Amino acid sequence: MTDLIDLYERMAIIRRTEKAAQDLFLAGLIKGTTHLAAGHEAVAVGANDALRADDYVFATYRGHHHAIARGATPEECLAELMSKATGICKAKGGSMHLTKADANMLGSYAIVGSHLPMAVGAAWSATLRGTDQVAVAFFGDGATNIGAFHEALNLAAVWRLPVLFVCENNLYMEYTPIGSVTAVANPAADRAPAYGLPAEVIDGNDVLVVRDAVARAAQRARDGGGPTVLEARTYRHYGHSRTDPAKYRPEDEVRQWLERDPLTLARAKLLEQGVPEEEIAERDAHAERVVAAAVDAAKSAPDADPREAFTDVWADGSATWRT
Amino acid sequence: MTETMSLGKAINAGLRKALDRDPKVILMGEDIGKLGGVFRITDGLQKDFGEDRVIDTPLAESGIVGTAVGLAMRGYRPVCEIQFDGFVYPAYDQIVSQVAKIHFRSQGRVRLPIVIRIPFGGGIGAVEHHSESPEAYFAHTAGLKVVACATAGDAYWMIQQAIASDDPVIFFEPKRRYWDKGEVDLDSSLSEAYPLHASRVVRPGTDATVLAYGPMVRTALDAAAAAAEEGRSLEVIDLRSLSPLDLDPVYGSVRRTGRCVVVHEAPGNLGLGAEIAARVTEECFYSLEAPVLRVAGFDTPYPPARLEEAYLPDLDRVLDAVDRTFGW
Ligand SMILES: Cc1ncc(C[n+]2csc(CCOP(=O)(O)OP(=O)(O)O)c2C)c(N)n1
Ligand SMILES: [Mg+2]
Repeated sequence: MTDLIDLYERMAIIRRTEKAAQDLFLAGLIKGTTHLAAGHEAVAVGANDALRADDYVFATYRGHHHAIARGATPEECLAELMSKATGICKAKGGSMHLTKADANMLGSYAIVGSHLPMAVGAAWSATLRGTDQVAVAFFGDGATNIGAFHEALNLAAVWRLPVLFVCENNLYMEYTPIGSVTAVANPAADRAPAYGLPAEVIDGNDVLVVRDAVARAAQRARDGGGPTVLEARTYRHYGHSRTDPAKYRPEDEVRQWLERDPLTLARAKLLEQGVPEEEIAERDAHAERVVAAAVDAAKSAPDADPREAFTDVWADGSATWRT
Repeated sequence: MTETMSLGKAINAGLRKALDRDPKVILMGEDIGKLGGVFRITDGLQKDFGEDRVIDTPLAESGIVGTAVGLAMRGYRPVCEIQFDGFVYPAYDQIVSQVAKIHFRSQGRVRLPIVIRIPFGGGIGAVEHHSESPEAYFAHTAGLKVVACATAGDAYWMIQQAIASDDPVIFFEPKRRYWDKGEVDLDSSLSEAYPLHASRVVRPGTDATVLAYGPMVRTALDAAAAAAEEGRSLEVIDLRSLSPLDLDPVYGSVRRTGRCVVVHEAPGNLGLGAEIAARVTEECFYSLEAPVLRVAGFDTPYPPARLEEAYLPDLDRVLDAVDRTFGW
């Protein structure tokens, strides 16, 4: 088990990467849009610490934190956002599609809900092979209203597959409060009983709580106990996407959630444990250096070659017969 | 009276007119109510027409379109907003298997006056799903009418005509042109406005015919302006209706010019351009000085951010194709 101070550092690196992404946008160095996960760090870092390297992870377009938690470097992520040749997908994915298949981070998906059945399939593959790997699908509260969510839960339950459905409930489906378009209070957890699945609502901003819950669910799955639904309550610090100032969120709500920032919570716990302030400050400084170096490297990397757009359509690497 | 407004505002104004005119018109979609939609096309409409007529739906495209079918069966005129082109696919099954077929299947007893609004095309730096041009998937299906507006003036009337239509209409909006301003004739009436399913010559010319729709109309016009400086006169036709196609004006034009270039952002393979090239060839074979050429997106997934500049047809590619028709 990783020390809390190390988890803190990982979250600090993600936080600064997201901040850097925002700054690069404002500086005009990133085209298009991005969905930042600042505020969601504890879900990715806590969950990843409870998973093994051979477990499978599927994330959404709001997925930078999962890619980094899974071992992607801030540099390759920022380079991807900037359409650089060194990007994690060679600029073929962009912000919404960060993927690191060699770390079993099997993609970020921008069609809401589409990856839940995929995680079920990846879990099925483990069962067929007779391994005890698990697959985890991370998704938002909004995703619980699309058919794919319900199909995935039912398939996983019926076949008793080793899959974890982890909802990052940040209270909003884009701009619309999730409560106004969902009939139950906990959009993921309250649906689980209908599929005969166990569920838990957890504090998604407490990295240790997340780790503990994911560890228990993963163990159950490895032991043949089948899927679990976890609903991690969290909050995003930025708007839905770059152009969204998030004015629709009540000030009080924002303030309360910012007080419960995952980094603030972890820091308080560290101090409680007797970790000296200076050590935490040193970790912050380290995160700062890592991300500053990543920004520099990404900036100075060569632009992606437009010819890249004309490769990899087919298994032989080409796209030639049609273009 | 005419007023200058952006294409997005013109659609908003057209929706407002439709809601005013007919109490059976209902708007539904994700974030369209309080927020006014991700592109603010429905801005202010929920406030003015109420939550029963402008509805914030859950994230559920299949549910949205399926529900619209039920409403339409029983006399309503639902207008569904799909946030971005690529998000229509969860609803694709409802659209091609049901929306397109129920009128036929019911021997005309059940009409489905549904409009499905889809912002389409690239040029905004967004990736796959947010920049695609899926019109051919729909135009290929009998039972769906498919249109694309290109200017504010057209958008205002076309959206109202689509809503008034007793057939289902897939209404494509050129998202990167939402902010383009144009003159809107507010005085016309639904019956007097230029017909929904008619193409239109938007720049007369004599040397070659360039066909475009949606976001590419402006590109084609820019190309025509550039060509004029070099002494070449291009006739630009805005197709407007993609299914049914209105090609008579095109045939007339090609018989005069002898040259035809079709432009669209969608991939070339089996795109609208292929169908149009086939028909123009069938009708105008002896008038053609060169084969009908296509300027289209490439047959690859839509690439993100900076690579899209290489992907999207632009003025140079249009002029290059025109040149090639002269070099034949
Ligand atoms: C099928 C589909 N419909 C619509 C969208 C547009 N869209 C992108 S994110 C989003 C809201 C998702 O909310 P949630 O699942 O809570 O995730 P969050 O953004 O809060 O992380 C919507 C409607 C989409 N990406 N996919
Ligand atoms: Mg959400």
